[in-house]
Amino acid sequence: MTTPGRLPQPYGHDSSANLADILERVLDKGVVIAGDIRINLLDIELLTIKLRLIVASVDKAKEMGIDWWEDDPALSTRARRDELARENAELRERLAQLEPARQQEEAP
Amino acid sequence: MTGLRYVYAVCRPFRSALQSQLTGVAGSPPKQLTHHGLIAVVSTVPEADFAEEPLRAHLEDLDWLTATARAHQQVIDALTVVTTPLPLRLATVFRDDSGVRTMMEAREEDFRRVLDRLEGRVEWGVKVYAEPETSEGAETSEAKEAAEAKEAKEPVSGRDYLRRRRMQTRAREDVWQKAAAFAGRLHETLSAFAEDSRLHAPQNAALSGASGQNMLNAAYLVPRADSEEFVELVDREKDDAPGIRVELTGPWAAYSFTDEFAEEPEVEP
Repeated sequence: MTTPGRLPQPYGHDSSANLADILERVLDKGVVIAGDIRINLLDIELLTIKLRLIVASVDKAKEMGIDWWEDDPALSTRARRDELARENAELRERLAQLEPARQQEEAP
Repeated sequence: MTGLRYVYAVCRPFRSALQSQLTGVAGSPPKQLTHHGLIAVVSTVPEADFAEEPLRAHLEDLDWLTATARAHQQVIDALTVVTTPLPLRLATVFRDDSGVRTMMEAREEDFRRVLDRLEGRVEWGVKVYAEPETSEGAETSEAKEAAEAKEAKEPVSGRDYLRRRRMQTRAREDVWQKAAAFAGRLHETLSAFAEDSRLHAPQNAALSGASGQNMLNAAYLVPRADSEEFVELVDREKDDAPGIRVELTGPWAAYSFTDEFAEEPEVEP
């Protein structure tokens, strides 16, 4: 049996401002038990959900100019692709710079 | 009526009644399911919304997710008033009562162990924000006002402009450094008082809607009996320094301290 002691009045509860706090806990913390309905919250791109916190949708977020995740390789496949492309271009450029130097060295 | 069972939390039997108007996710009132001296707090949810396919789709819908998360938290909050619940993650759903019972039996030892550890304790959330004055905000200071008055008469040179920009940048970095140092000290003090603590990733301002840069996002496990003192301690430690904001939330069920509860090994299908 539990007899709770006196608790101070709640702080910061029930305000719309702390939806982020609530979602942080109910989605991220708490005991994970596989129910009969098997939904792994991580499967449904929890990150995408998190990104949508507060902002109404990804489209809305983009409208508002919130699109930093698109450039984050950890969050976006497009960013990963872009990064590879950039790296590739950089390597080609370096190669192009090195090639003439090498030809000069090789020249008698 | 057919329906699925949504489980909010597991706890020990409690004496006080839950508030009578309490509704859970999907609007039906939560009920208690007793098994081997433990209680699962469950409510019936429609299969049309909580079977695998519709649930997956719903979770991508922010409005639905928000309403469900709030309803889930509301039940956990009500439980926290009368007992020490072990909160389950959002959307833990079983076919029927017997499915819930089977799960409780399988994890009975884990439930008891973690419930013993959390008994009589609640979680408090503390966040520290750095709020460097914006270029507009900075101009409220007297010196800036004087400079502004002068500027109104004289044209601003490029050098003046750059110097002002540099000062603003420096002031901002200064606030961040002070806030970071303050957050470190505060966490040390609060951890020493609390039984346990967890550091969470800072919340992204663009997403949380809070102003300023989140420097500390921590959770503290505190006995109910010491909670008032903890709140006073946070109040006392609050820095009056401009640009630093401390935010306290709670009491929460001990969400952040359930990590001792081992996750089930994934069963290969």
